[in-house]
Amino acid sequence: MIAALRRGAQAVLPGFPGLFHKECTRFLSVSIQTVFGPVLASLLFLIVFAHVLEGRAAAFQGVSYALFLVPGLAAMTMIQQAFANASSSLIISKMMGNLVMILLTPITPFAFFLAYLMASLLRGVIVALLMIAAGALLVDIKLEHPLWMLAFLISGGLFSSALGVAIGIWAEKFDQIALFQTVLLLPLTFLSGVFYSLETLPPLWRFLSKLNPFTYYIDGFRYGFVGTADIPVWNSLLITLLFAGGVSLIGYLMIKNGYKIKN
Amino acid sequence: MPDSDTAIEIANLTKTYGTDLKALDDVSLSIKRGSFFGLLGPNGAGKTTLISILGGLTKATAGKGSVMGHDIVSASLAARHSIGIVPQEIVFDPFFNTRDYMRQQSSYYGIYDNDAWIDTLLDRLGLADKANENTRKLSGGMKRRMMVGMALVHKPPVVVLDEPTAGVDVSQRRSLWEFIRQLNADGTTIILTTHYLEEAEELCERIVMLNHGRVIADERTADLLSSDKHHAHCLYFRLPDGQQPPADLFAPATVEGPDSQGRFRVDFDDYAELEQLLAKLNGSGLACSGMEIAAPDLESVFVSLTGEAQ
Repeated sequence: MIAALRRGAQAVLPGFPGLFHKECTRFLSVSIQTVFGPVLASLLFLIVFAHVLEGRAAAFQGVSYALFLVPGLAAMTMIQQAFANASSSLIISKMMGNLVMILLTPITPFAFFLAYLMASLLRGVIVALLMIAAGALLVDIKLEHPLWMLAFLISGGLFSSALGVAIGIWAEKFDQIALFQTVLLLPLTFLSGVFYSLETLPPLWRFLSKLNPFTYYIDGFRYGFVGTADIPVWNSLLITLLFAGGVSLIGYLMIKNGYKIKN
Repeated sequence: MPDSDTAIEIANLTKTYGTDLKALDDVSLSIKRGSFFGLLGPNGAGKTTLISILGGLTKATAGKGSVMGHDIVSASLAARHSIGIVPQEIVFDPFFNTRDYMRQQSSYYGIYDNDAWIDTLLDRLGLADKANENTRKLSGGMKRRMMVGMALVHKPPVVVLDEPTAGVDVSQRRSLWEFIRQLNADGTTIILTTHYLEEAEELCERIVMLNHGRVIADERTADLLSSDKHHAHCLYFRLPDGQQPPADLFAPATVEGPDSQGRFRVDFDDYAELEQLLAKLNGSGLACSGMEIAAPDLESVFVSLTGEAQ
């Protein structure tokens, strides 16, 4: 079955099955760092914030703060880990020089892009699901709209994975990746409504939050669990998909044109 | 259109960086299938650029190329299927052991059940006992041999070896060449780039020399060595007790030395000239304590050609 799938994928996307497998093996071989560490860090956020803010006004009517927090934290962790997967793998391969051994093979630019994208998405999904499973031990989790949850899990994961591919191709040193993560990604994810509802913000901050693409992803992902959202859910999905598609196109074109990976 | 006897065909290949740095300048050459071919030149001559273009890592500014009849641009996937390249820089992946890294490389070509060939490669490259060792822990010479294995993992009909023996010890170098020779005897076309000119002289049936991105020689190795326009034979002799020969002893020929082995050297072009040199040496009354004649080698051709091209 797996062999037949692999053969089929190889025929359509030469090189994809091999590179996808390699990328998955890579992050799973250091799963303490790539999977369990981030889940634990998010759980600590959940325990501390839920304990400190327990009893305060609920973000949404009839939704406890802990329940509000679990999907937001899962989505935030997914964004960070999906981004980190592609960007760190690419920069390591570029710095070590072993990217050459992949580029010498008959792998198409699209297969190359897709392998990094899908492996990053898989890492993000694993981390998010583990976070939700761990959160379920502490909070009574509901899943009001599983298909919406799934739609945002995939679209948001693709967005951050594609961003990781593009930044990984663009960066020439580890510092540039760290700069992007610290100065842009971390603040954007923290200020995207993970810890609060947009309705609680003053108008200016609410407006600024709506310029942040991650806001739509996190709000929509949370809608899948609690059935309430700050932004109409179709709008959020459309915006998340547009960003995922746009950044994917940029990442693919960078690879196709050999930007910073070929002469 | 390249004929079916051609492994590599390159026509008017040019690569320019910026506005005026020409790494390759109108290079044309043809390499026969099944041949053992040498691509030589000093550092910066354009060898690695040429190899990178063949492997699809670098885009040519102008010109065309093909591997086993597959155009390197319009049929790049088929061309890359047909070639295995050992890059000059040593690379490895610290996430994998040697065998898994080779399996991984094999999978990019769509070859998944390749363990028998991978085990053969590990054995022939002297890495069988390092198969389960993380690639990070291999020595420089071992990593180099692993890279040869990576280039061969899909059994390509054309193999390019860019400095494959740099940092490899003598005994492993010998077994590596024995293996490569066997592959060549079985029909694989080998293209070798090396600074060990004695290796190229011994192995390659034809040699192309590049300098400043241009082809300065493209001949059969035997023709290159027998051509007297580039080099001469050498007469070496030793004198006892630190004696020096008179500077004009062989005039108009000049004497050089002593070298690190205490030998003096005079170049000559033919046997008539050798006879004259020996007569002059005999007539000088100097008591030679040793004498030898060296045939021309690739190094002298290389020095002569690259010197002329400066």
